Amino acid sequence: MRTPTGWIFGTALAVVLAAGAPPAKAEEGIYVPLLTYRTGNFAGSGTPIANGMRDYLEMLNQRDGGIGGVKLIIEECETGYDTKKGVECYESTKGKNPVVHNPYSTGLTLQLIPRASVDKIPLLTMAYGLSAAADGRVFPWVFNPPLTYWDGASVFVRFVAEQEGGVDKLKGKTIGLVHLDAPFGREPIPVMEDLAKRYGFNLKLYPVPAQSMQDQASTWLAIRRDRVDWIYNQGWGAMNPTAVKEAVRTNFPISKLVGVWWAGGDDDARAGGPEAKGYRTLSFHGAGADYPAVQDILKYVYDRNLAVGDRAKVGENLYSRGVYNSALIAEAIRTAQQVTGKKVVTGEDVRRGLESMNISEERWKEMGFAGFAAPVNISCDDHSGHNRVFIAQWDGSKFVRGSDYIEPMKDLVRPMIESAAKDYAEKNAGWPKRTEACDGRS
Amino acid sequence: MFYREAGQFKTSYYADQAIFPILQDRIGVAVILFVAFTLPLVASDFFVGSVMIPFLVFSLAAIGLNILTGYTGLISLGTGAFMGVGAYACYKLTTIFPNVPIVVHILSAGFFSAAIGVIFGLPSLRIKGFYLAVATLAAQFFLQWCFVRIPWLYNNNASGAIEVPVRTLMGIDVTGANATPEVRYYLILAIVVGMTWVASNLVHGRIGRQWMAVRDMDIAAELIGIRLLNTKLLAFAVSSFYCGVAGAVMMFLWYGGGEAADAFNINQSFNILFMVIIGGLGSLIGSFFGAAFISSFPTLLKFGLPLIGIHIGSASVEHLTHFAIGALIIAFLIVEPHGLARLWQIAKQKLRVWPFPY
Repeated sequence: MRTPTGWIFGTALAVVLAAGAPPAKAEEGIYVPLLTYRTGNFAGSGTPIANGMRDYLEMLNQRDGGIGGVKLIIEECETGYDTKKGVECYESTKGKNPVVHNPYSTGLTLQLIPRASVDKIPLLTMAYGLSAAADGRVFPWVFNPPLTYWDGASVFVRFVAEQEGGVDKLKGKTIGLVHLDAPFGREPIPVMEDLAKRYGFNLKLYPVPAQSMQDQASTWLAIRRDRVDWIYNQGWGAMNPTAVKEAVRTNFPISKLVGVWWAGGDDDARAGGPEAKGYRTLSFHGAGADYPAVQDILKYVYDRNLAVGDRAKVGENLYSRGVYNSALIAEAIRTAQQVTGKKVVTGEDVRRGLESMNISEERWKEMGFAGFAAPVNISCDDHSGHNRVFIAQWDGSKFVRGSDYIEPMKDLVRPMIESAAKDYAEKNAGWPKRTEACDGRS
Repeated sequence: MFYREAGQFKTSYYADQAIFPILQDRIGVAVILFVAFTLPLVASDFFVGSVMIPFLVFSLAAIGLNILTGYTGLISLGTGAFMGVGAYACYKLTTIFPNVPIVVHILSAGFFSAAIGVIFGLPSLRIKGFYLAVATLAAQFFLQWCFVRIPWLYNNNASGAIEVPVRTLMGIDVTGANATPEVRYYLILAIVVGMTWVASNLVHGRIGRQWMAVRDMDIAAELIGIRLLNTKLLAFAVSSFYCGVAGAVMMFLWYGGGEAADAFNINQSFNILFMVIIGGLGSLIGSFFGAAFISSFPTLLKFGLPLIGIHIGSASVEHLTHFAIGALIIAFLIVEPHGLARLWQIAKQKLRVWPFPY
């Protein structure tokens, strides 16, 4: 009995002392923490994204020596898609002057939104998080380019109308929304309800609780019974391959199942087997390893054995999503350097950089991403840009482009976002008024 | 030698019934309290905010569950849901009465949780053991369903989560982003110390004796005149009160907002059950040990290892943590099935008779 007690208390004491010690002084550079999850229920989707995010920044370090001659200090912190661990990660990194935070979880985003303005660190929640945060007048520190979940839902309906041969053909059709029963999954509901009223289609909601993500038999039974024409799947993690599998099993026409962009992992579609060919998902970037920048990743990161991921998975859809996310970070830092004239930028500078960010078609090409994604445009008022997306389709082995770029219904979504943002500020009494000056276009 | 009570005479029943009858214990408690209250002056914000605050919150929840499971012998798997009731009650209260101090709301949220706990505790008169665990599991699922499905509970906001508004106490922000970890820590510490003191008095007094009698053999307890229903329901009420306050504290003073699926799910219930089992059933100090072990140890491992110079990938640290915690749980339970509190007791006993083995 003696030994274990002493040993345990000794270890505990050592660890406590270590944790209480002041953090090591950061070296000169731009500190970019990446809140990632390679463990937990959502690791299947989280790992390729984490690899993509990390590899692109690492490539910039290797190829260009960072951005504008300043090296990037990249540090991953494992959140396990768990809010408690996410907050820990946020707290542990915030003292090292991070220039931007990517929470990669809607739950965590909701908690970090109020802190961003106090800690003066911008939040980049790329196409996730709180849709209302697109209103830059209320949320100067939160950015959700290139579009919000509300835009995504409107794009889906627009695409369905296109396929059916016009908006008037939507009348009487039944559209189902299979969604994770959490704030993330419920995000598109207000827009779908509004559109159902406007165009006269029936909207059916199929919530999937998080604990039964991998057992959707009853959900799909109900879908068959309701004779649903089109389904929009707002799912994440293990929920998506299950949805594809169940759709195949119940003979639901697979090409009429359209996932939100987070339901577009290669492994999600692969789960359905050969019958999953034709599965659709929204996407805002291309996939594949043919882009010069991705080739550079292979050359500078994988050939030098600096990667943690699997070389064969470079260029998959979710990997490319991580790359896209890091391209936004890099471009924001570059823009911040231009706007402020400083080399080593801070979180406050990168906020200005994000607000002035304008990635045109030429700029994408310059970055080595010709044809990779639509131009991204952010302004002080509009932190999302409501940029265009397209439909990607599974061809049996990879995602290929399945449509032209589709414009979200900005005229419908924007007023909803503004009223939701106003609502948020009112409910959170004492929400700070925007005092940050607007740089306008650089 | 270090821990000898020789020469400490008691001359009244009052002194004999004291919770800490030995001088060394009183000094020990005073030292712990002194360290707890001066900690923010020396420790980093990260340590206070991400290690100490979660530790205190989970300690409170573990005390709540320990009253029910450890002292009264009623197994519950609904702790997470009862915490949720506290959090949502506090949220509704503070949005309806924004001018009342948040501490009042946090403590009154416990009463809502207690009321719900009593309702779900009603079957405990007829069913026991695993069957009761299943009944409380139903509470977990039903309440979590309510948190998600009743928009009134989260004020109909679009994100479906609790958004914690800014509240001040004597001009200092205690919730919201401007509240410093120190302020929140002191408030939680005050609540935890106060409620631990109350719990300690409860379990050492008449009510605690009744609970333990019911736990040890309920038929015998009934024969000596303890009314089973009242005693069990009181245990459910007090336990849920503690859990509810813990939930409100967690949402308002630690998380600063969040969603039910994440904070109040079945995993949370299991986590707290593990804390109680590892810490020691039927022991208040065990609740603290268990909370420290299950909640703080992974954090310390994750951020402590890189600080002492061991650099491995962040995902590997996570795997290592799971592995280490799992292995340590099994090791602890083999070495001492009665939990860390029992180890602590043995250690005290050894010190008492030192240098002689017995």
